[in-house]
Amino acid sequence: MAISLNLNGQTHSVEADPDTPLLWVIRDELKMTGTKFGCGVASCGACTVHLNGEPVRSCQTYLGDVEDAEITTIEAIGEDRIGAALQQAWVELDVVQCGYCQSGQIMSAVGLLAENPKPSAEEIDSYMHGNACRCATYQRIRAGIERASEILEA
Amino acid sequence: MTLTTSRRGFLAATAATGAVLFVGLRPGGAMAAAATDTSLNPFVRIDADGRVTAIIKHVEMGQGPSTGLATLIAEELGMRMDQMAYDFAPSNPQVYNNLLFGPMQGTGGSTAMANSFEQYRRAGAAAREMLIAAAAQEWGVDAGSLDIVDGRITGAGQDASIGDFVAAASALDAPAEPRLKEASEFRLIGNADVRRLDSAAKGNGTAKFAIDTYLPNQMVVMIARPAQRGATATDFDDSAATEVAGFIRAALLPNAAGVAVYAENTWSAMQARDALDVTWDTSAAETRSSEDIRDEIMVALDAEPTYNVTGADRAATDAALAEADQVVEQTFYFPLLAHAALEPLNCTIEQTEDGRVVLHDGTQIPTLVHGALAQILEMPMEQIEINTVLAGGSFGRRATPQADYQSEAAMAFAMTDRSRPVKLVYSREDDMRAGYYRPAFGHKIRVGLDAGGQITGWDHRIAGQPVIKGTPFEAAFVKDGVDHSSVEGTSDTPYRIPGAVFGLTDIEKATTTLWWRAVGHTHTAYAMEVMMDMVARAAGADPVAYRLQYLDADGADQARMAGVLRLAAEKAGWGNPQDGRAQGVAVHKSFGSYVAEVVEVSGTPEDGIRIEKVTCAVDCGIAVNPDTVKAQMEGGIGYGIGHNMRDQITLTDGVVDQYNYPDYEPLRIGDIGEIEVHVVPSTAPPSGAGEPGTPPAAPALANAIAAVSDLRIGSLPMDEAGVSFA
Ligand code: FES
Ligand code: FES
Repeated sequence: MAISLNLNGQTHSVEADPDTPLLWVIRDELKMTGTKFGCGVASCGACTVHLNGEPVRSCQTYLGDVEDAEITTIEAIGEDRIGAALQQAWVELDVVQCGYCQSGQIMSAVGLLAENPKPSAEEIDSYMHGNACRCATYQRIRAGIERASEILEA
Repeated sequence: MTLTTSRRGFLAATAATGAVLFVGLRPGGAMAAAATDTSLNPFVRIDADGRVTAIIKHVEMGQGPSTGLATLIAEELGMRMDQMAYDFAPSNPQVYNNLLFGPMQGTGGSTAMANSFEQYRRAGAAAREMLIAAAAQEWGVDAGSLDIVDGRITGAGQDASIGDFVAAASALDAPAEPRLKEASEFRLIGNADVRRLDSAAKGNGTAKFAIDTYLPNQMVVMIARPAQRGATATDFDDSAATEVAGFIRAALLPNAAGVAVYAENTWSAMQARDALDVTWDTSAAETRSSEDIRDEIMVALDAEPTYNVTGADRAATDAALAEADQVVEQTFYFPLLAHAALEPLNCTIEQTEDGRVVLHDGTQIPTLVHGALAQILEMPMEQIEINTVLAGGSFGRRATPQADYQSEAAMAFAMTDRSRPVKLVYSREDDMRAGYYRPAFGHKIRVGLDAGGQITGWDHRIAGQPVIKGTPFEAAFVKDGVDHSSVEGTSDTPYRIPGAVFGLTDIEKATTTLWWRAVGHTHTAYAMEVMMDMVARAAGADPVAYRLQYLDADGADQARMAGVLRLAAEKAGWGNPQDGRAQGVAVHKSFGSYVAEVVEVSGTPEDGIRIEKVTCAVDCGIAVNPDTVKAQMEGGIGYGIGHNMRDQITLTDGVVDQYNYPDYEPLRIGDIGEIEVHVVPSTAPPSGAGEPGTPPAAPALANAIAAVSDLRIGSLPMDEAGVSFA
């Protein structure tokens, strides 16, 4: 059945079962590949998107439940001032290595800075706990969030 | 592995027309220039608009070779980094081979910069001389009066973009011996301000990894695999799978290793595979448990080793130990480990309209994959192309000598009419359970000390499952039966240890094994450095000072190892930890590089250890991109510490117990407080950076835990040895 989806400000009509994880709709149907598949069980955060401004794991969010929601992915988060600041900080500090986790890291970090513009290191660690980086870029992720916070303050 | 690069061929050129300049190698090794890339395999491409593209012969898994090789070209050519782009090279072992691997294109062993350092600089320098020669001719001035600065040819009152001379330069002969810059002239090499070329794309979702390959009309294939390795599929029932929307069909793989499930998309493939009922023949399946492997290793450690690695006098060491004032003894056990890179294994195969086949993949060893595909698809290699794309981490996993997942994709593709591209996707569970693991190893070390605490004998026995034996790399890395990857870091240690004897016994493989970031050093560094610490404490000596005694500085190897040890100790404030904290140290040489790490912890093993700070010093020769070297140390430390804190792959009756990240818990952001890295300035040729940060991390942590608690962790992971982490 056709389900309509509001993603990055555009409406898409998707022919898929309501039980389909949002992750696979975004990737396989809409061919937007910035949102990544890492684990499928909500334990890595690579698939993080925003649902009405809140970070969620799209591998555990189902198409049937998001029909009326506004979904934002990494492809559009640069239009958000927090997203743009984080992307700028990521480039300044060369946070990435393989880069595969980084869409999810930035999507989660936007959620953190939206509710806490000046997080402490402990607050960053606790909020970002669910975003795994197998390359262990954590030290720079922490620094990147602190830098973005500075950029936003200026 | 020895880090000496072979001499590259002489330079030559062909006439050409058109407004692009390519500089690269002809098959046979001659450097040449041309106006098309079909007549040669370029390292650098320069367009008429002055844009310079470095053609990267290595895969990018995160360690930064694309930025690194582009830096080498930009340095010699006279470009700014923001004028540089990069592209990945096709599969061609004659031209794009790793100069340390022989006739094989590949990325591994931390060799990307070491083997490319001169080769890519020469390509950049040749391009520079040709562009200048073309300009000098046109302007009627002396070439010596011209220079290239930020992509512009300047001098003798002239100034123009290099793009203006691309056509003329492509008709010139490439210089046989272009002049390379002296180290003192470097602007970009060694410049910590150079940024990665891939940061922006990886931060905004536009970077394309292998799994982001979406070709028109492609199918997704997942493979139903046996729970026990070695079981074979005899039959299957897909009646429930046919109920899944998007399911196309299922087919037994020709080698009976599993059943390929074809579907319209990934989610359908996952569901259909779950619904498949496969009949397995388990008569040849592996049924051993990890305890059995461990028992076998422990028994082997107590028996006479099969190999005496260095041929040292065992009887003399036995005698030294018998007469020793005290003997320090420890047994170590290292479990199987998975690579668990964040991008699950995958690749895509398509047939083009002209009948060629293209593989889209982030493989570390294109040459072996290329051969495997030719065999399975029964096609000549020239008709198969490998399109290298970004790999979402690998750590060795995308480098199986068997070309495992690519062969599965090829078999699945060969069973179709080839009209639709096939994308093979692993789930996280497949990736975890169909792993090629860091093998299980055991070490038993007995060290004799005299009354003054000096070492008189070091009896070191190693037993484990070899990695390289039985692979195409055997000729290079197995000598007199000894798989070098089983002993590297012990018998070749820079420490000058009196009365040292190293014994090795191979254990039959219970599962597939593979190199894993830093290979043998992942266990040998731990055993060596925890032992050194125990011996120092038994001697009543300071662990840093004690180590330095065995690195007396009359050899370059010893001096460099001592250098990083001293630097890390100084920067960490060795001996003066903050209140309530304790320090541990380890130093190790691997892949030609020397790394020392000091870990500072708080807490106790019972109430929770917190890793407050890691201070690292690295000497990897010339650091082409120092900030990337730092990042690799940070990542390597995290990789070493994370796994050894709490990860292991275990088998029960041959079945892997772990299924996904929840029971193979990755290092998380809060696990390490702070990492500080110091890169030693050096004029030595570049050596490895991707792996050498990993080996000293876990032993430095273990030594810090011992300093706070007297708990010596012989068997990993640490949480099983009774350590909780805060
Ligand atoms: S893929 Fe969704 S959390 Fe890992
Ligand atoms: S950068 Fe590789 S997983 Fe995070």
